[in-house]
Amino acid sequence: MNSLIPLLVAAPLAGAALLLLGGPALDRFGHWLATALAALSFGFGLALFSDMLGRGAEHRAVGQHLFSWIPVNGFQADVSFRLDQLSMTFVLLITGVGTLIHLYSVGYMAHDERRRRFFAYLNLFLAAMLLLVVADNYLLLYVGWEGVGLASYLLIGFWQHKPSAATAAKKAFIVNRVGDMGLSIAIMLMFVEFGSFAFDPVFGGASRASEGRLTAIGLMLLLAACGKSAQVPLQSWLGDAMEGPTPVSALIHAATMVTAGVYLITRSAAIFNLAPDAQTAVVVVGAVTLLFGAIVGCAKDDIKKALAGSTMSQIGYMILVAGLGPIGYAFAIMHLVTHGFFKAGLFLGAGSVMHGMNDEVSMRHYGGLRKYMPVTFVTFGLGYLAIIGFPGLSGFFSKDKIIEAAFAKGGTEGWILGLCALVGTTVTAFYMTRVMLLTFFGEKRWQPDAEGNAPHPHESPKTMTIPMILLAIGSVFAGGLFALNDSFLTWLEPVTGHAEGNSPLAPLTVTLLTTACMLAGVGLSYVMYGRSAVPVVPPVGSPLTRAARRDLLQDEFNHAALVRPGSALTATLVYFDSRGLDGFVNGLAATIGGVSSRLRRVQNGFVRSYALSMFGGTLLLVATTLLMRSF
Amino acid sequence: MNPVNYLYLSALLFTIGASGVLIRRNAIVLFMCVELMLNASNLALVTFSRLHGTLDGQIIAFFTMVVAAAEVVVGLAIIVSIFRTRHSASVDDSNLMKL
Amino acid sequence: MSALLTATCAVPAAGAVLTAALPAGSTEARRSTTKAVALGVSAVTLALAAAVAAQFDPHGDRYQLTESYSWIRSFGITFSLGVDGIGAVLALLTAVLVPIVMLASWHDADPGPAAPAAPATPDAPDGTFENRRRTQGFFALILAVEAMVVVAFYATDIFVFYVFFEAMLIPMYFLIGGFGDRAGGPESARQRSYAAVKFLLYNLLGGLVMLAAVIGLYVIAQDQGFATFDLPTLSSAIADGKLQFSGTASKALFLGFFFAFAVKAPLWPLHTWLPNAMGEATAGTAVLITAVVDKVGTFAMLRFCLGLFPDASKTFAPAILVLSVIGIIYGALLAVGQKDIKRLVAYASISHFGFIIMGIFALTSQGQSGATLYMVNHGISTAAWMLVAGFLISRRGSRLIADYGGVQKVAPVLAGTFLVGSLATLSLPGLAPFVSEFLVLVGTFTRYPAIGIVATFGIVLAALYALLLYQRTMTGPVKAEVTGMPDLKVRELAVVAPLVALTILLGVYPKPITDIVNPAVNATLSQVHRTDPAPAHPVAATSGGEQK
Repeated sequence: MNSLIPLLVAAPLAGAALLLLGGPALDRFGHWLATALAALSFGFGLALFSDMLGRGAEHRAVGQHLFSWIPVNGFQADVSFRLDQLSMTFVLLITGVGTLIHLYSVGYMAHDERRRRFFAYLNLFLAAMLLLVVADNYLLLYVGWEGVGLASYLLIGFWQHKPSAATAAKKAFIVNRVGDMGLSIAIMLMFVEFGSFAFDPVFGGASRASEGRLTAIGLMLLLAACGKSAQVPLQSWLGDAMEGPTPVSALIHAATMVTAGVYLITRSAAIFNLAPDAQTAVVVVGAVTLLFGAIVGCAKDDIKKALAGSTMSQIGYMILVAGLGPIGYAFAIMHLVTHGFFKAGLFLGAGSVMHGMNDEVSMRHYGGLRKYMPVTFVTFGLGYLAIIGFPGLSGFFSKDKIIEAAFAKGGTEGWILGLCALVGTTVTAFYMTRVMLLTFFGEKRWQPDAEGNAPHPHESPKTMTIPMILLAIGSVFAGGLFALNDSFLTWLEPVTGHAEGNSPLAPLTVTLLTTACMLAGVGLSYVMYGRSAVPVVPPVGSPLTRAARRDLLQDEFNHAALVRPGSALTATLVYFDSRGLDGFVNGLAATIGGVSSRLRRVQNGFVRSYALSMFGGTLLLVATTLLMRSF
Repeated sequence: MNPVNYLYLSALLFTIGASGVLIRRNAIVLFMCVELMLNASNLALVTFSRLHGTLDGQIIAFFTMVVAAAEVVVGLAIIVSIFRTRHSASVDDSNLMKL
Repeated sequence: MSALLTATCAVPAAGAVLTAALPAGSTEARRSTTKAVALGVSAVTLALAAAVAAQFDPHGDRYQLTESYSWIRSFGITFSLGVDGIGAVLALLTAVLVPIVMLASWHDADPGPAAPAAPATPDAPDGTFENRRRTQGFFALILAVEAMVVVAFYATDIFVFYVFFEAMLIPMYFLIGGFGDRAGGPESARQRSYAAVKFLLYNLLGGLVMLAAVIGLYVIAQDQGFATFDLPTLSSAIADGKLQFSGTASKALFLGFFFAFAVKAPLWPLHTWLPNAMGEATAGTAVLITAVVDKVGTFAMLRFCLGLFPDASKTFAPAILVLSVIGIIYGALLAVGQKDIKRLVAYASISHFGFIIMGIFALTSQGQSGATLYMVNHGISTAAWMLVAGFLISRRGSRLIADYGGVQKVAPVLAGTFLVGSLATLSLPGLAPFVSEFLVLVGTFTRYPAIGIVATFGIVLAALYALLLYQRTMTGPVKAEVTGMPDLKVRELAVVAPLVALTILLGVYPKPITDIVNPAVNATLSQVHRTDPAPAHPVAATSGGEQK
């Protein structure tokens, strides 16, 4: 059974290789091949899952050693896998949502001439993401980590002819590289400390390491998580990443890849548990991003960018709760899974809307679409209710647990975090209601596209609606299922551990508070966007709105702090290289040349004068010899 | 006769040859002056041989003559070919190698 | 005593003479014969070098397949050859790359309207070769370089190494100066001549300093009864304490050797010849420079500097590490600022050479294994990157990045392979350079954490220059001059495919190479009396986690 683990990764990888190397011969059915391989991987996942359920809770983790990857003295990197409950959760999420999004893309990308390539990249992404979650050591995890970065790069920049897409792809990769630097330093630190970077020795040895060293490792891992999960301060790439095709945004930039940071932190629980300073940093990053993303989400008119802000904010929740330690790990993963369902569903819905509206993305040019796209409306609506935490739906259960855990942190910190989370709930409800109202309700504000074609909104084909429906079902029921008897908690506990916090507020109070905050957000949004007409041209807005529209000036900041000094430095160095170093060398050459052209004059071309100098020289030599002898 | 006088003669001949090389421009004359210098040294060598009663000097003189003969062959050939192309035997006219 | 090593060196040498002697003429048939002969010779060399690597027993003696022929007896100079793991692998790399470079440069030396219409002026090295013999000359020179490089990798006699280390400058000089890039403007002949002379002077200067050190070494060794240039004899005498240098002498000699290798490698700040040479030469020649000839420099650091002067190596290691880390960052930053594709690749190489030298002088087994792997991986990946860039440049006739845009749309396969090359350059995990770069970083980090961390910034900058180049040339709207650009032809695919395959293979399964290299690295490290820093909390109790 364990030999299925490598096949999980191998199936989509083979798909990617086949589609990329196969050439135009595969154009006709390549997309179905890719979808089938994704589904096959899901099948393997299910088989492994049922196998795992058949074993007792303590014996569920299994490993599979494939081959020795980099054997060097004292340095042992293996290609070996570990499948435990945490990995299993991710495997099912990735392959399940992944398969649905493959299916959706069959319809969405039907008219793209480079569709085969698109599916190859999607398969590549699946393979890398699966590798990331089933790796048994940090270096192999790093391979998956950068692999998903590559797939993300390729897919964001899929429409390469658009300069904005190419720039966004490059930006995503480079910002992620900063995070990757953190991961590689963390691995090096582990190697120095433990002589290994495989999970078992690292986690086993953590208790013997100094706290300072563990904090350093933890902070570096956090840097990595910030990059991949678009957390402050490495958040700037996610908004631009929406340049990619919408299925990509749904799969990579909402449901799976961006949550890898949460996986990394949860996986490294043994390190973080012993490094309270690093945990505090994690919590702060989570709380700041939670609010940052929510604020940005309120101001965006581009439907995908609004959802991207929301993704950032929701992952902020997960990071926050993961930073709380054993109180929170399981809830972080639980929210991650429910978020995977509803956010993927929301993005697919957004894609469906864009599909019907000539690829228009501005919500100010939507309006009243509920009658034209009923399936999209219903599925999107269910996703919406789930994300704002409407009682009974998925998001309600998972978010509620997070807020509870935040209060349970205890002390002033607990209050601050809990309030942050509550404010986040209000803002989430506000911007999601705004998205809902602007898109599906109100009057039609449709604009003709660049070629002057008026939009004719229509429902999307079956291949697109079926995944949306399935994801909507997940958004509705997953949370309840997980919360039932704390089944999700029990499932994950052997891996992540669990501790009950002591919340100053009763669970019911928290639930009521959360619901009240949510309703306040919905109400405010309705007052602002539901009752009055929405202008097609965005109003000027307050300074905060204007700043939020520009992602709270993140790009301006990066530009001023990094890009401009960087290019100045580069220009200086280019000058230094050609004028300084080379100038020195060329100057030396020129000096020698100058001196020798002076000396050259001595060679006047007259044999007589050469003879005279020879004669003089001989005389001199003879005279010297005689003189020397006489003394 | 005192063999030392031959040495004086040799020095005189060498000086005449050397000044000729330094002063004259005609390649042929120059060449003759070089020959004069070689012969002056030959004379000195033979004289020394006589003075010391060994054969070394005479043997070296033979070598000198052979070299001088070879030199004349090559040198005259060069001079003739230069004269053919440039219609002049003046050494000052051949300054192509000068930069 | 088998003559396998001699054969491996002699075949390309004889091939060079044969190729040069083939009937001249610029007819297509004559040229094809020349190329076929040269390619055949390089294929035979590849087979021989592969046989050497296959016969090499990682668990056997340090130097194997040794051969020795007396040469200049009065100075104790023998023509002796022998391989250790590092030499075997690098010679194999050379033998792999040469046929690929030949195939890539198939038409670079063709005369005719497409060839650079550079008249043979007295100061342009083009005058050295008649147009009629260009093809013969070009391929003969490549084979000559190959022969000399292989001798340098196999030589166990310091004098023999020195002679071939210097002699390879001659064919390289003519390759750089005589066969330019077709993209050059009217200024190109002058630029090329400048680049060739700069290359020659820099390397000659380094070589002469090394000659002084070689003589100094001999004089000192002779005084103590070791009148020989034989490396194994000398290094074991040094290790046993039978041959001792005074502190100053050993430092001076070390610097003499190191200077030559640092120029060749090249190490910051002795690097400025490389961008000129790689920029002006053909793409194939640029690959020869960076992937083959420069490797002799780093190889020699490992073999001669560490083997002969262990104490001085330890003394200078921190300073060298600082220079190499400056080189990593400096090269990467300059690559970001380049406007010329080939110069960008050259500066990227300078950054990579910083990594290699850092790995060598970190004096840890991870660092040195990583550095050796890096030499191989850098050779392969830069070859892929540079040769595809060369194909691109030959299509458009310009080296300026700004002259391209949207190539991906018209030539997707070209763009795809270029992307693989770019990703390899930025050390994407799964591709070969990652393995070596990470080993070097870890190896450095265990001993010098601060330097390791600064070097890690190099991986961010690498992503920046590699992807900027890709973005500016391949993506965006299709430029008018680029439309109609043909995609890769069969010959070009045959060039790129093995390189890409090797990049992936060695990224996933580098074990065959590490197995050969590890014992040699151990031997080198024991020569310098260095052991790896031990982890603070080793996992002895749970070692099961490592060896499942």
